[in-house]
Amino acid sequence: MNKLLLQGFLAAVMLFSNSGAWAQDEDLLKLLGEEKPKKERIKYAFKSPRVINSHSMEFLNPGTMDFRILHRFGQVDQGYKNLFGLDQASMRMGFDFGIMQNLMFGFGRSTYKKELDAFLKYAPIRQSTGPWSSPVTVAFVSGITMDGLPWADPSRKNFFTSKLGYYFEAIIGRKFSESFSLEVAPTMVHRNLVATEATPNNVYALGVGGRLKLSQRVAFTWDYSHVFIGMPDSGYYHPLSVGFDIETGGHVFQLHFSNSTGMNERAFITETTGQWGKAEVRFGFNLSRVFQIKKPKHKS
Amino acid sequence: MKNYFVLAAAILLISFSAGAQKYFTKTGKISFDATTSSSPEKIEGINKTSTCVLDAKSGAIQFAVLMKGFLFERALMEEHFNENYVESNKFPKAEFKGTISNNEAVNYSKDGTYAVTVKGKLTMHGVTKDVETAGKLVVQGGKIQASATFNAALADYNVAIPGLVADKVAKTAKIGVDCSLEPLK
Repeated sequence: MNKLLLQGFLAAVMLFSNSGAWAQDEDLLKLLGEEKPKKERIKYAFKSPRVINSHSMEFLNPGTMDFRILHRFGQVDQGYKNLFGLDQASMRMGFDFGIMQNLMFGFGRSTYKKELDAFLKYAPIRQSTGPWSSPVTVAFVSGITMDGLPWADPSRKNFFTSKLGYYFEAIIGRKFSESFSLEVAPTMVHRNLVATEATPNNVYALGVGGRLKLSQRVAFTWDYSHVFIGMPDSGYYHPLSVGFDIETGGHVFQLHFSNSTGMNERAFITETTGQWGKAEVRFGFNLSRVFQIKKPKHKS
Repeated sequence: MKNYFVLAAAILLISFSAGAQKYFTKTGKISFDATTSSSPEKIEGINKTSTCVLDAKSGAIQFAVLMKGFLFERALMEEHFNENYVESNKFPKAEFKGTISNNEAVNYSKDGTYAVTVKGKLTMHGVTKDVETAGKLVVQGGKIQASATFNAALADYNVAIPGLVADKVAKTAKIGVDCSLEPLK
């Protein structure tokens, strides 16, 4: 009886020990155990660090430079005589630099008011998955603008600081899916000098920008700023831009229609004079070319 | 009766040591090269976090690699690789499952260089294809250096190259494998 039990045991051992030999199709990789979920940053919410006019939640990669040429043509309602605005153009040339994954700066100059502008953008929180992840990206932008026009009245006492304006912006954005990203951006613009005593120096606005990917390389984008406080009573409107991002290898073309001429925060938030309802919109495009100016360290 | 126990223990021991003839790495190097003569720059990515397990007994060999782990010299190229070509979010992993056809020719307990043929299935971008390639196993001091290069036609794996850059990206990518395997305990 006992012997029978032992024989059975032996048979079981042999069967067990042999099982490895005919398990060729087994998943060998499982032997290494499951990988622990790692914190992973959600990338590429927008194709570029700008939605259209305003800053997006994306950053340039460290060691890259984004050369941006922005064009805004004349108003479409000028009709055939001016080829629907294409006879005139206003532009901004800009250079943006990525320093760290979450830090970048840039500067540019616009033909509109011959204005110089510069900004610093930093994100303390990036959208990610895994342990200790955040559902949103939070970024802050601080910028300065300098009017380059000659003094309107050279006979009076003028101060250099009168040319300056500032803007401060918080961006809260989320890539909801592969194709849909949305961000809101409370913004404050301060101008040292304004046209009349009644015009407020501080303007408060809320920006809403988004992207809807239509295909691998084409996306629909929009960019709106609602000015809550500081909008003059007449002649000024909330800036709205809608367009398409088209990616062609090294370039990103952003083609769009916008009711604003200005291409920096001070200009498009406080000085948008076009009205969408009256077709006072302009065709425009942003051309972005990213250069790798410093090689990443990971290559060996 | 005692003999049975000894026998059982012996069988267990033998089978255990035989089963232990597995080798692995989690830091294998897999490179991807789609450069052609008309490419304006090198289109080359390297992944240094590939996992590989080799079963010396059966000759079974398997690889897994995270597509996002491929690092490129140019950040924009890396973005395009992940976003537009291999769609890393949709298809995060590439896997190879195969066997060494001439496994009996390799003596895993003796140092030396062995030419091998590996046959199996490569899954990438959601498509599985048969792959056969010549490779090399270098056994030294209980460790194995496994290397191979083979070609993968991007069209086979439904990786579309837009017309605009069609002549700048190779239609067939060169895949290089270089893994240093250690015994799996």
